[in-house]
Amino acid sequence: MPSLFATTREYSGISLVDLSGRISLGDGSALLRKTVRDLLDEGRTKIILNLGDVNYIDSSGIGELVSGFTAVRNRGGELKLLNLTKKVHDLLQITKLFTVFDVFNDESTAVRSFQ
Amino acid sequence: MAPETKHLEVTLDTHVESVNLAEEMCVRVAEAAGFNEDECYRIGMSVREGVINAFHYGNQEKPEKKIHLAIELTEERMIIHVLDEGKGFRLTDVPDPLAQENLLSTSGRGIFLMKAFMDEFDVHPGKTGGAELVMAKRLPPLGSPHSNGNESASNSGAPHQEA
Repeated sequence: MPSLFATTREYSGISLVDLSGRISLGDGSALLRKTVRDLLDEGRTKIILNLGDVNYIDSSGIGELVSGFTAVRNRGGELKLLNLTKKVHDLLQITKLFTVFDVFNDESTAVRSFQ
Repeated sequence: MAPETKHLEVTLDTHVESVNLAEEMCVRVAEAAGFNEDECYRIGMSVREGVINAFHYGNQEKPEKKIHLAIELTEERMIIHVLDEGKGFRLTDVPDPLAQENLLSTSGRGIFLMKAFMDEFDVHPGKTGGAELVMAKRLPPLGSPHSNGNESASNSGAPHQEA
């Protein structure tokens, strides 16, 4: 069974990716990489990753989040995070990445932040 | 009588699946030893990062090399050893992932996480080459609110007693 699932919704030019499962070494990190790259290939550079159902991220998953953030920014876009679970929040806090990403607890606020 | 130490050793293939296997194994031992859910998560994550380090940096994903995992349970601590068959490294040579210039690095956070999540962490040269990561967590006191209620690590999933 895949460790991560991703479903993408569109809101007036903003791609909202609902992720659930684990973003960890192996297929979880690979799926996140592919999802962000596919969106960029389609010219979509306003991306929100909804991590509300992501209960585990390891260093490989953190690396993939950073990689996605940088790739989107290099195309002139933004990648933002939504609905962090406590474990993911704590992990981003101790790695100081909480200060790097725009993080939201509310979907409509996250969407409005692009406008 | 000498204090009881339980000991478990496994040799893992240099394969992504070994990362999950090592994590699951250590979490089971930690649960049996009485660690609560949060501590089991931290121990599992640390072992995961240690085996990723051995898989990727130490053995450079070469399938002919092995990863050696050992778990010791003393009366006071759970100690985990992860040994690879690579060239070894010094802890002082590992870049600080919290430094401003490394914040957007896509790798290099594993050692930091092991240090953050365990009570003790160090790297030694392996006896037969490679790097040996040694990490330890103090056991919760029996009957403490931090314990999950198991009073013995001799349940199913705990390591066997060393002869």
